[in-house]
Amino acid sequence: MTLLIQYTLLFASVLMLVALGGCFSEHSGVINIGLEGIMVFGALGGALALRYLPDGSAAVIVILASVLAAMAAGILYSMLLAVAAINFKADQTLVGTAMNLMGVAAATVLVKALNTAENPNNPSATIAYGSARKSFLIAEGMEFSWLTLLAVVLLVLAWFVLYKTKFGLRLQSCGEHPQAAASVGISVYKMRYAGVMISGALGGLGGLVYITAAVSEWKFENGVAGFGFLALAVMIFGAWKPFRIALAALLFGLFRSLSNVYTGFPFLEQLNLPGTVYNMMPYIISLIVLILFSKNSAAPKAEGIPYDQGSR
Amino acid sequence: MENGHTSEYAIEMLHITKRFPGIIANDDVTIQLRHGEIHALLGENGAGKSTLMSVLFGLYQAEEGTIKKDGKEVKILSPNDANDLGIGMVHQHFKLVECFTVLDNIILGNEPTNKLGVLNKAEARKKIIALSEKYGLQVDPDAKIQDITVGMQQRTEILKMLYRDNEILIFDEPTAVLTPQEINELMQIMKNLAAEGKSILFISHKLAEIMAVADRCTVLRKGKYIGTVNTADVTMEELSAMMVGRNVSFHVAKGEQHLGDVILKIENMTVASKVHKNNAVRNVSLEVRAGEIVCIAGIDGNGQSEFVHGLTGLEPLVSGKITLLGKDITKLPIRKRSVMGMSHIPEDRHKHGLVLDYSLENNIVLQRYFEPFFDKAGFLRKKNIRQYAEKLIEQYDVRSGQGPVTLARSMSGGNQQKAIIAREIDRNPSLLVAVQPTRGLDIGAIEYIHKQIVAQRDAGKAVLLVSLEMDEVLDVSDRILVMYEGEIVGQLDPKTTTPEEMGLYMSGAKREEV
Repeated sequence: MTLLIQYTLLFASVLMLVALGGCFSEHSGVINIGLEGIMVFGALGGALALRYLPDGSAAVIVILASVLAAMAAGILYSMLLAVAAINFKADQTLVGTAMNLMGVAAATVLVKALNTAENPNNPSATIAYGSARKSFLIAEGMEFSWLTLLAVVLLVLAWFVLYKTKFGLRLQSCGEHPQAAASVGISVYKMRYAGVMISGALGGLGGLVYITAAVSEWKFENGVAGFGFLALAVMIFGAWKPFRIALAALLFGLFRSLSNVYTGFPFLEQLNLPGTVYNMMPYIISLIVLILFSKNSAAPKAEGIPYDQGSR
Repeated sequence: MENGHTSEYAIEMLHITKRFPGIIANDDVTIQLRHGEIHALLGENGAGKSTLMSVLFGLYQAEEGTIKKDGKEVKILSPNDANDLGIGMVHQHFKLVECFTVLDNIILGNEPTNKLGVLNKAEARKKIIALSEKYGLQVDPDAKIQDITVGMQQRTEILKMLYRDNEILIFDEPTAVLTPQEINELMQIMKNLAAEGKSILFISHKLAEIMAVADRCTVLRKGKYIGTVNTADVTMEELSAMMVGRNVSFHVAKGEQHLGDVILKIENMTVASKVHKNNAVRNVSLEVRAGEIVCIAGIDGNGQSEFVHGLTGLEPLVSGKITLLGKDITKLPIRKRSVMGMSHIPEDRHKHGLVLDYSLENNIVLQRYFEPFFDKAGFLRKKNIRQYAEKLIEQYDVRSGQGPVTLARSMSGGNQQKAIIAREIDRNPSLLVAVQPTRGLDIGAIEYIHKQIVAQRDAGKAVLLVSLEMDEVLDVSDRILVMYEGEIVGQLDPKTTTPEEMGLYMSGAKREEV
């Protein structure tokens, strides 16, 4: 049972962080399908920080450095979307899809290039960060991480920023009616850049949390197993609102963690279902959720439409 | 100067010339707005009113000419500069965020915050309530825009300007979306604002409103400055002649009415809505007879579009029965209805009226290409199509760059509409359904289209006109049915009713069983 709670919290914090990222981007008016790719790059940034930090660094330094590296890598990668979608008015769905395709591939190539020195003939795509990961744990032997706590803090912060600050009001106006925002002197381009960059930071952090969840090395050929897409479903199910996103993330996280721990529940084991059924669960749930909830959704009205100063 | 002003004029635009590739939108135009006056800017569509205001608001830069505020020359390079100079604008299409509250919309861009950027809405609320009481602008600060009436949305826009302490207020066609009662209220608000020292620019092509509220009026025609007059010194006819460049008759000459048989009969029609769960059209029954123009009047969005879609077959009915020339057409597809004698001038000429990337001639035969004259064993008879298109272009005076092969997209709105009207009328229909046929057109084109519609009625055809324009409804129709929230709430006689009475029905304040 504790195991189930631990895993649920871990997966939920990943989904929540990434979905909150998507939420900021979409409230600014840019659809961010590329979250999956952003997660991979954030994970890469964080993993590299973990690997290259000197052994025995203080836990605070490890956490700070890896979190900042993951966020920076996520922001950097999200700039692809920002430049293409905001400056060049490209189709946002296409750019996002391209980012997802490129994310895993580029990360694999980069890691292999780094690992060439060890094994020139068959470089591996794996980064091991071994003991550095232990710094994340609040208490030894318990899979409860400082990062989960950080996610909760960021959740409250996200809600506050969106609904209680000038920035949040302006950001949302750009996603709903950019012409109205521009007519009162708000720079739609700047706000959309801000939205996309925040989604890059949160998505990148989500990637780091995901790969450090339970293992001490990551093989980048694997990407992040569709978590970026699950996060999109979480965002839609959460109606683009931070606290509802958190609840949705908990629900999805619960189903995801069942596949790891279902053997610990006698009644589930008695059902005698193959493990793959549990693996499929979150994806099937997301399909059902999208079918049921995407129609009467609360999506920002102007999302996906490139802003052009000329059109009124 | 008196009142501490350094100049007689609050804002002056002197000898403004603005060119776009191929056209001169403003050619040496001058407009001078006095402190505390209501100054109308009158002109037809394409006369250059919007361009001039866009220059003032910083959206465009003029090639020649100067702008002065309080006698001092200023440069306005962006809407922010205009805001800083105290110039505010209520745009024709409101710039409001639908899912925000009235208060959020008003403060957006000028939010009161503490040092960390946290909103202080209590302070904003105080200021908004004080302003709304001072100028008689009733709003509910906590209501969402999507839930309030158009009139209240407009008051929100006005409060946006007042909240920013703007001194020069531009109203761009503000009455187009209002009921007669709301128009009267707006006029009163504008007078209050002027009395408090605000200077108002009022863009319009509605002469009666200009005469009622403006002190002076500047007229533009085809980009050129025609003149500025005191409204007290001129008549509506004189103003109209200045605007159009010739005398225009406001009233449509109609022949004597010869009522014939019932052509269209609708019984208990109900049509679903695409935007909400209730039905958009509820239990509507009506008849149209040969030789009469029946007009469906009402404010935009009260089910008129869905009603027409149900009648013409663009959408299925939930229930009800439509009979055309004695035959039940409720379930017939669009082409069958068309062949049986129903013509449709659609509300949205770009979406339902024309294939914009087709040539004019192909658009003209869209509903007839399968007739033997245009088709031989599945192949188009291009020569006959060309010949027919040329005939219609000539007969209905459709002007275009290259005649029959002109792309519909490249034609002006008025000529696109003329092409549709030519196509629909020349099919010799028994029933003509015309939906907002003059929307967005200038006075000359409106006059022409009204003549064509009346000619159909005089020729013994049945005409069903759907219109949002009060003047059009009263001028053209023989019988008025008012639609409110999907129901027919009143039948009026255009000879005896008044705009005020119609307004009561249109706003739901009054209803009778029809």
